[in-house]
Amino acid sequence: MRRLVALLALILALPLAVPVLGQDSLPPAPYAYQQLDDPALEAKAQDLMITLRCLKCQSQSIADSDAPMAGDMRHQVRTRIAAGEDPEEVRAWLVSRYGDYVSYKPHLSSSTWPLFAIPLLVVLVAGFAITRRIKARK
Amino acid sequence: MRKVRIGLWVLVGIAAFLFGLFAYQLSQPKDEFIKSAMIGQDIPAFDLPAATASRPALSSADLADGKPKLLNIFASWCVPCAAEAPQLAELERAGATIVGVAIRDREEDVDRFLATYGNPFARIGRDDISEVQLSLGSSGVPETFVIDGQGRITYQHIGDIRPEQVSMILEELRKAGA
Repeated sequence: MRRLVALLALILALPLAVPVLGQDSLPPAPYAYQQLDDPALEAKAQDLMITLRCLKCQSQSIADSDAPMAGDMRHQVRTRIAAGEDPEEVRAWLVSRYGDYVSYKPHLSSSTWPLFAIPLLVVLVAGFAITRRIKARK
Repeated sequence: MRKVRIGLWVLVGIAAFLFGLFAYQLSQPKDEFIKSAMIGQDIPAFDLPAATASRPALSSADLADGKPKLLNIFASWCVPCAAEAPQLAELERAGATIVGVAIRDREEDVDRFLATYGNPFARIGRDDISEVQLSLGSSGVPETFVIDGQGRITYQHIGDIRPEQVSMILEELRKAGA
């Protein structure tokens, strides 16, 4: 029993023992964790950051991630917004570097239009079918 | 009633098709590479300080001097960067001009890295906040860009250059006018 407990503890501790490889030792960029002084600008930056994909940890936004690169991206977002850029300009700047992939905000394009059109179509077809049934019952 | 049955079968067919599609897509290996959207475009303007005393600094003007180059994004803390060092040395021996951008790195660490794994770089710029990396559309280290003599990005290699990829990189460099 004791051995089993020890083994179990070892297995549970394993994920903690993975060495931290491939991490730099430089301090984060100035505006990685530092909010902007103007709360209105910071709110703008925050709203944008939650819709930008972290490139290192691809299922998180840069607002959620502690990856150094996400910090560097937050620094870009905050300094650009502090310099008077519009959030959508900052998004466009990143999209021009990484493609649509970097943005979580859905937009209409030649490859995404079915995502918007199909639900509409389904609702129309369903509506048509339901009205026909109701009429048939009467 | 017959009509309803056919409709049901159509629904079953659609559902089966969707599940099949999901199963197929889920079983495909995920492409984790995020390609730069900057290929074919001019390199964005930048001016980085030198990452080490042993090599000069790097600016975008250095990349438009008429000679095609390899721009290697690396870091001393990056393990695959050490793994690709022999390939960079081979590319340099084959006549390629390689310039480097060290990401989030300290001078003493860069010096130690170059002393251990060799220094194939003509110039090394120091990018402490990944600014140039982000402006290039690069999402990790190492990455290697082929830049033609006019400073236009013609090719992006993501990840470390394997021994069998050296000739392909040289071919890309040749296509850029080397």
